[in-house]
Parts: sequence; structure tokens; C-alpha cells
Amino acid sequence: MTLVDRPATASASSGGAAGPRLRGNLRQYGMIAALVVIVVLFEILTDGILLKPLNVTNLIMQNGYVLVLAIGMMLVIINREIDLSVGSVAAFVGALTGVAIVNWGLPWPLVVLGALITGGLIGAFQGFWVAYARIPSFIVTLGGMLLFRGLSMVVLQGQSIAPFPTGFRQLGSGFVPEVGGSDLHLVTILLGLAAAALIVWNDWRSRARRREYGLAVTPMLWFALKAVAIVVVIGAFTWVLAVYQGLPVVGLVVIVLTVGYSFVTTSTVMGRHIYAVGGNERAAALSGIATKKTKLLVFVNMGVLAALAGLMFAARLNAATPKAGTNFELDAIAAAFIGGASASGGVGSVVGAIVGGLVMGVMNNGMSLLGLGVDWQQAIKGGVLMLAVAFDVYNKNKAK
Amino acid sequence: MPDHILRMRGITKEFPGVRALDDVNFDVERGTVHALVGENGAGKSTLMKVLSGVYPHGTYEGEILLDSRPCAFKGLRHSEAAGIVIIHQELALVPGMSIAENVFLGNERSRRGVIDWHATSEETVRLLEKVGLREDPDTQVSGLGVGKQQLVEIAKALAKDVRLLILDEPTAALNEADSENLLRLLRDLRDHGITSILISHKLNEVMAVADAITILRDGRTIETLPVADGIDEDRVIRGMVGRDLDHRYPPRTPEIGEVLFEIEGWNVFHPTVPDRQVVRDVSLAVRRGEIVGIAGLMGAGRTELAMSVFGRSYGTRISGTVRKDGRELHLATVGDAIAAGLAYVTEDRKELGLLLDEDIRRNITLASLHRVSRRSVIDLHREVADAEGFVDRMRIKAPGVFAKTGNLSGGNQQKVVLSKWVYTNPDVLILDEPTRGIDVGAKYEIYSIIQRLAAEGKGVLLISSELPELLGMCDRIYVMNQGRITGEIGRREATQEAVMRLMTNTQAVAR
Repeated sequence: MTLVDRPATASASSGGAAGPRLRGNLRQYGMIAALVVIVVLFEILTDGILLKPLNVTNLIMQNGYVLVLAIGMMLVIINREIDLSVGSVAAFVGALTGVAIVNWGLPWPLVVLGALITGGLIGAFQGFWVAYARIPSFIVTLGGMLLFRGLSMVVLQGQSIAPFPTGFRQLGSGFVPEVGGSDLHLVTILLGLAAAALIVWNDWRSRARRREYGLAVTPMLWFALKAVAIVVVIGAFTWVLAVYQGLPVVGLVVIVLTVGYSFVTTSTVMGRHIYAVGGNERAAALSGIATKKTKLLVFVNMGVLAALAGLMFAARLNAATPKAGTNFELDAIAAAFIGGASASGGVGSVVGAIVGGLVMGVMNNGMSLLGLGVDWQQAIKGGVLMLAVAFDVYNKNKAK
Repeated sequence: MPDHILRMRGITKEFPGVRALDDVNFDVERGTVHALVGENGAGKSTLMKVLSGVYPHGTYEGEILLDSRPCAFKGLRHSEAAGIVIIHQELALVPGMSIAENVFLGNERSRRGVIDWHATSEETVRLLEKVGLREDPDTQVSGLGVGKQQLVEIAKALAKDVRLLILDEPTAALNEADSENLLRLLRDLRDHGITSILISHKLNEVMAVADAITILRDGRTIETLPVADGIDEDRVIRGMVGRDLDHRYPPRTPEIGEVLFEIEGWNVFHPTVPDRQVVRDVSLAVRRGEIVGIAGLMGAGRTELAMSVFGRSYGTRISGTVRKDGRELHLATVGDAIAAGLAYVTEDRKELGLLLDEDIRRNITLASLHRVSRRSVIDLHREVADAEGFVDRMRIKAPGVFAKTGNLSGGNQQKVVLSKWVYTNPDVLILDEPTRGIDVGAKYEIYSIIQRLAAEGKGVLLISSELPELLGMCDRIYVMNQGRITGEIGRREATQEAVMRLMTNTQAVAR
């Protein structure tokens, strides 16, 4: 047998492999547990208003664009960079969109496509300076932040542009279309059922594949419990939305992006390269990874997502304004770090970014419902960010 | 009645789940160089952390007597005040500061918070003289070589009125000349009444400089030996591994085939210093099944040669030809080199070889993700299965393939790096210092792996600074000196003296 042969049979070590892996997952579960605690806390404090169908729908619509940004920001931070320009880029793309649709009367689907491409080009422009000219991303994107904020004002000449056509506004405030006329939103229910079935089926297939390779599989009971939990959570979520107006378009976009980007980061060569470049750039380069190209792509991706966030925000506001997107970059960065990213790169997950974004979103919403002033809201959010990161660092040190 | 400066009695230190030190006794006589040896994980570093207060009093059992007085150190500053200074493997100098600033870092010569530069410079000059370093105190530390930086560290220790100096692998990154210089300094300091504890894997150095050797194994004191007649390296190794190591190198019958890999007329210039040629007209060849060594002092251009061949990862104005199986290769990127069947196992596994935050599996597959993916989608299960195969065959000691590589010992980390490159299925492996900082047992295993690879018909280029390793492993040795190959020695003619002569001979360079 040569050294490079693949083993045909189960290896002895697979049994022990479950330990550290479970521990790694526990950290992610810990994050989700924290989110659950915050949700329950505000549900009680607000006398059940938080999880009312109307409020859940609001929550999704209010936070959609930050979640979209958080996904892109997570990849940037995993790559050991930062992007301070996303809020300004969102505003700039929103401004261009306003001019193109309202002033020039171009068809909105075409403008949306153009806007996403513009975002990608802006990302490529900044990514070029970071990856190839080796200027620290903090500086490049700080410049971008000022540059595109300024350009937004130039494009809009300091004014807001409104209103947008109905079709475009769906992107920010619309719902998934309905069929039939019952009280429940049928399409939403069907989507929910399909999602639950897909996840459970995927898990089942994964077990079969593991067995095929002779790897240890999780016990049947654990699998069943997990499946039940998934069905219950998705079912409850679907139900809450279905009794109101159904799944918002924003929610659909966020779910599709989360699933898509989770897949890219965990299961594709590209995703692995992003982690490797962030974790140890020189080792990655010596392993044959095109590190500069990877960095550039991460910034292009961030630009596209920033553009998407800008579109969603403009659609929801039904106006393009020069002040749009102010401080979005900070929300996105905070979401990524609360969600388990590491400032030294190479660590984090897309689901983490979403959980981090939801923690911020639920706190915003809950505190507003409680009638807390914006001043205190900011202070409390800042404290939570520090606590979350401190807790994470403490855990990591303890693990050593 | 021996005069003990330090006595550590019954030291026991537990971490959750592990007993790192188990009733360790460690006595050091005043005015001696006392070596502390043992395999990685034997507890040397833990013991020194207990001594220096990194693990404060109360977190361990047992007592520490300094000059027969019990000590209860609460931290590094506390132990330093008592005259115990530890110099770590990774130097703790600030590169952007001058020598003088570094020497008095944290110990500034000052009056009411204002630094007295006059006294600082003057005392630095005096200390540098003591350690035999001829440099201006205002020289920036980043401009010094590792050997000189090591001396600055010692000067820094002397500035703190050190009585007991602890050196953790001080020569690991030094070349032969600098190492000798440092060891001579240790003897000098001893004659001036400074006691040293030397932790080292290099037994020849230990035998040369130490007065006594204490061997730790699995967290226990095995024995303390005087360095005297009848005590040789093999005797010490026996104590360290708990068994006789008749052969430090596995037995092997080489089966050498036709020429596999050739480098011809290779020239490389320094990436930032123009006109500085680091590799000059180098030509060499490796046959199938052959292990070929490259010897040389640090700075001889060995790593630069390897990296420039491996997809132009180093240097500028590279010229020359590389051939495999007689066909010329054009290796513009690392990707090209991997695709052409080359593998380069880097010298510095932490900085250049591993993703320390990632698990074993992801490290092993990093350079050959195409093997476990289809249309860029990774088959995660197959990846795990393949990685587990390597954990088994390479005997990587870890809880499993999901264990973080940063938590593994040096030997196991090296096995992960090796696995990564074996997984790319290369024909030619360039191994750069594959056993640096690894304990004796793990070294033997790595040697076995290298020999197995050669037996499969691969060509191996082994770069090493340890001459015995080259002599024990290689079928042929090229010697490099100042960027040139100054000689080629077959297995039979190779002796330490012959290789060393070529490594240091300046006439051969001028040729």
C-alpha cells in the first residue's frame, strides 16, 4: 500500500473525532442559545408584542439590509480585512438607482441589474488597492467611505428622489405572492414545509454518505431529535408569518443568501480558500492558492451585497436619499463580531453573521417597543458587542 | 555538601485532565550550567513556567527554594526581582527599537519617569561588551541577525542583575558559528558566577557546555547525570525515551533509479536588495528513490533556492532551467509547481506551513482540494475519510481529524504538514528542516516516512542544518556556501568534517 492510497475501510480514529467537532458546534449552538435568551427576555418584557406576527414581519424588514451586509462583511473579516465603505456604497448605488429609475425612467429590473454590477465594480476597485497594491483595507475603505458618501450627495445634489414604481418597492416592503383567498398565506406555508423537508432530507443523505465512507454517524435518536427541532422551529416561524401577510421578499432574499453563502463557505474550494488566506496568507500562497485573486473576489462580493442592501433600503424607504446607509458598516461589523468572527482572520461562519445581526436587530426592536430612548439603545448595544467578543475570547483562551 | 542555588521539591502541576508535572525534583548547583532535556511534552517548559511564576504560587504543589529560602512567585516580575530571568525560544525584543531601548525595556534607567539616556547608553555599552556583541547601542534591533538578537536578550537579562538564567532552546534558530559563540558565552557567564539552566534538543551542545543534565520524561524526573566520562549522547537519549535507540535513523536499502529531477544554472537575486545574488549558478540532480541532502550554514541560500524553484515564491531575476524526467518545466506559480509534481515542505511550519486555527482535515487537503471536489464543490465526507487515513498512517497523535492543529505538538504538526504534501501526490519532495524542534521519537517517525516516500520511487531533497541527520539519511549530499554549490559528497565519503569544510570554505566560493 502506498502512502497516498485512500483507505477502503473505517479508520480507528473516527470514533474519537466526534468530541472536538461537537465542541466546535457547541460554540455555534451557544450563539444561537444567546439569541434565544434575548428573544425570550424581550418577549416577556414587552408582554408578548415581540413575537406578534406584525412585529416579526417588521423585524425582518427592518433588518434585512443589515443582514445582507453582515454576510458580506463576515467573508471580508474571515479574509482578515475590513470594509468601512459599505454604508456609503449602499447610499451611492441607491442614489444612482433613484436617478436612473425616477429621473430617466429606465425599467427597474434593468436598473437593479446595473446597480449590482456597479457595486461589484466598486468592490473590485477597492479590492485592487487592497490585494494588489497592498494598501491596508482599513485605509482603502475609509477612503471609499468618504468618497462614495460624497459622490452620493453629488449625484442627488443633496436632495431626495422619490417615488419608486410599485414593482421596485416590492424588494423592500413586498411579500411573497399569494394564491387563493384563505386567511393563511398558503405559499408561505408551502415554502416552510419544503424548507423543513429539504433540511431533514439533506441530513439523512449526509448520514448515508458518512456510512458509505466508513465514518462514525450520529446516533439515530440525536438525528431524530434534531429533525423534530428543525420542523418545530421552521413550522412556528412559518405559521407566525402566514397568519399575517406571508413571507416578506426581504426575508426570502436573506434566507436564500444565507443558504447559498453557507454552502459556498463550507463546501466549496473558493470558500476554503477564503478561510485559508485569512488564517495564514503565506501558508496559503505556498499551498498554491491565488491569494490576491481570492482577496479581490471577496471585495467584489462585498460590493455586490452592499449594492443589494442599498437597493433594499431605497425600496423600503421609497426614496433615494444622500443620508441612506449611515452607520450600516458599523452594524454589519458588529453583527460579524457578535456572531463569532475573529479579528485575526480565518474564523467565522455565515450563520454566525446572521445570528449576530439578529441579536442586534431584536435588541433594537425590543428596546424601541419598551420605549427606551435612542441614547440608551446605543449605549446598551455597545456594551453587548464588547461582552459578546470578550466572552468569545475568554472561551477560546480557556480551550487552550 | 553541594551548594544549591535552586531546589525544586515535589513539584506537581495539573491541568484539567492532564498531570503535566508529577512530583518533580530539580536541583541546580551554584555556578554551573545545568541542562534540562526531555522529549516534547515531557514537562520542561511547564517546570520553567512554575519556576518563573508564570504559573503563580498556589496553582501547583511542592516548594521552590532559592538559596535555601522558600519562594512564592506571583508572576514574572516577581521572579525577575529575585534574579531569575527566562529567555524564550521566540525572542521578546521590539524590532523597531534600538539595542539600548530593548536592553532596558521594562527596567528603564529613569529619574521620576524621565529616561536617563546617558546612563542607558553607558550601561548598554558595558553589557554588550560582557556578552561580546560589538554593536552601537543605538542600532535598531530589526537590523541584527538572530544570533546577535539572542545576545541582546542575554544583555537584557544581565541588566536585571540575573543570578539564574534560563534559556529555552536558545540555539534552535542559530547557525553553527552563532551557536558556538552563545555556548562560549554561557561558560563565560558561569565563570562570573551566573548559573544557567539550558533547555535544548541538541544533545551535542548539551554535552559540550553543561555540567549536569536532568532528564524529564512524561512529567517525572528520570535522573540527573553529571557530564563526565562514560556519559555520552546515547546514554542521555536512553534516559529521554526510556528505551535503547540503537539506531537514530531507520535502516534502509536504497533503490535508486534514473534521474528524475534536475536544476541547471539556477540564479536568484534578493527581492529587495538589488544586485545581491543569493543563489549562484546552482545545478543539481535527484534520482528516483534517492534522498539527496543540501547542507549549508544559515544564509547559504538553501531555502532561497528551494522557494525560488517552487513557483518563484522567493526572489527576483530568477534564471536557469528545471527539468523533470528530462522535460523542461515552467513554474511561474506555486500552482504550476504542484501540478508538475513538486512539493515543498516549508522550514517554518507555524508561519508558512499551517493554518493553526483550522483542524487537521482542512490543513491536509488544502493544497489538493481538487482531489476531493467535483466542479469546485467539496465532498466533505470523502475529505474526512481521506484525512483520517493520514492520521492513521502518519501516526498523528490527536483526538481526531477535527482537532485544531494549533493545539498539537511540534512533531504532530510536522506530520500534518507532511501529510498535506504527500496528499498532493508529488514526484519530488523538497523538505526544508523537517525535524527542527521535534523530539527524538517523532524524528524517527518522520525519518521513516521520508524513507517510505523514497522507496515509492519519489525523489527527496532534504535541507537540514543538522549534519548527523544529513549523514544518517542521505544517499548524496550537496553542500552550499554563499549561494553556490561547493561540493557533492556520496554516502560513503561523507563525514561531518568533510561536509563542514565545504560549508565554511571560502576558497571554494571564490573558485
